[in-house]
Amino acid sequence: MNTLTLWFHKFGSPPTFHRVTGLLIPWLFAAALLIGLVGLYGGLVLAPADYQQSDAYRIIFIHVPCAWMGLFAYIFMAVNAFIALVWRIKISEILAMASAPVGAWFTAITLATGAIWGKPMWGTWWTWDARLTSELVLLFLFLGVIGLYNAIEDRRQAARAAAFLGLVGIVNVPIVHFSVSWWNTLHQGTTVRLLGPSRIDSSMLWPLLLLALATHIWFFASVFARARVSLLELEGGKEWAREIALATEPGHE
Amino acid sequence: MTPTRKRRLIVVGLILLAVGVATVLTVAALQQNMTYLFTPSEIIAGKAPAEARFRIGGMVKEHSIERGQSLTVAFVVTDGDDDMRVEYEGILPDLFREKQSVIATGSMQGGRFIATEVLAKHDETYVPRDVAEAMENAHRKHDVPLSADKPSP
Repeated sequence: MNTLTLWFHKFGSPPTFHRVTGLLIPWLFAAALLIGLVGLYGGLVLAPADYQQSDAYRIIFIHVPCAWMGLFAYIFMAVNAFIALVWRIKISEILAMASAPVGAWFTAITLATGAIWGKPMWGTWWTWDARLTSELVLLFLFLGVIGLYNAIEDRRQAARAAAFLGLVGIVNVPIVHFSVSWWNTLHQGTTVRLLGPSRIDSSMLWPLLLLALATHIWFFASVFARARVSLLELEGGKEWAREIALATEPGHE
Repeated sequence: MTPTRKRRLIVVGLILLAVGVATVLTVAALQQNMTYLFTPSEIIAGKAPAEARFRIGGMVKEHSIERGQSLTVAFVVTDGDDDMRVEYEGILPDLFREKQSVIATGSMQGGRFIATEVLAKHDETYVPRDVAEAMENAHRKHDVPLSADKPSP
C-alpha cells in the first residue's frame, strides 16, 4: 500500500477521524472567522462603490461566496455519497449526511440575499428564470436528503438511501452553474471566471475571494464538527467511543 | 477491488449515466419552453406568441424614454438590429435608464408591446465609480462608442 492509501485508510478509521478533526476544528473555525472578518471589512468598508448600483452591490460579498459554497457542498456531498454507495465507508456516509444541512443553509442564504437585492435592482423578489429555479431545486435536494435520512430508522440504511438521492441530484449542479449561459435569464452571467479575465475590478475582487476562502474553511469545520457527533452516536457501543465517553464523564478522573 | 464493490461501482455508474442522459434529453426538449425572453428581432421574425403573454428583452434605446401622465412611460427596446416600442404604467426599478438591459412582461397590441411588469437586468460587470468615469472620459476623448467595452445583453 502506498502512503496515500495508507493515509486514507487511517483517516477513514473512526477513532483517528475523531482525534484528528478534534485537533483541527478549533483552528479551522478561528481561521474562517479571521479571514471572514478581513474579507467583510474589505468588502463593506474598503471596496469602492459600484458605478451603477453604488453601495447596494455590496450584498454580493455575502451572496456570491454562499452560492459557490452551496454548489461546493453539493459536490462534496455527492462525492462522499458515491464512495459510501460503492465502498460502504462509514466516514463517507457520515460526511455526506453532515454536509447536507450546511449546504442547505448556504443555499437558503443565497436565495434570501438574492431576493433582497433583486427587489430594488431588478424590480422583483422572485422570477422563474433558469438560474433562480435551479438554485431552488438545489435547496430542495438538500432538504430531501436531510428528510430521507431522518425518515428511516436504521442509520446506515438511511444514509445509503439519502446518499443515493444526493448522488442522483448531482445532475442539477451543472444546470445551476451553466443556466446563465445556456438560457436567457434575468440573472446576470458569470462575473468571476477561472478562464479568462473576470468582469469585476480587482479592488472588489480580493474581498470576494477572501470571503470565499473563509466560507470554504467554515464549511469543513462545520461538517467535521457534525460528523464527529454522528460518528460517536453511530459507534456508541464500540470500545474507542466508550473510552472517550468515560474520559469526558464529569467526576471521572 | 472485490467483485461486490466492482458490481456496485458498475451499477452506480450506470444509474448516474442514465440520469445524466435523461437530464440532457429533458433540458434539450425544454429548450423551447425555457426561453425566458424574446428579443425585438425575434418578435419581428414572428417567433414570439402573437396572443399570449411573453417577455421582451433588450437595451433601452438612447433618448427614447417618454414620460406621460403620472406613471405612464414609453420607451424603445433595441437589440442592435431591431427596435420595439414598449408602453408601461407603474414603478420602474432602480437600474432602469438609457442603455440599460431591461426585461418587460406583457403582450403585443398592434405593433406595440404593452408591458405589465418591467425588470432591469444587471450585467455581470462591477466597476468602481471613478474607474467608470475615467473610462468614459477616455472613450469620449478618442471617440470610442461608450458601450464598446460592455457585453451585449
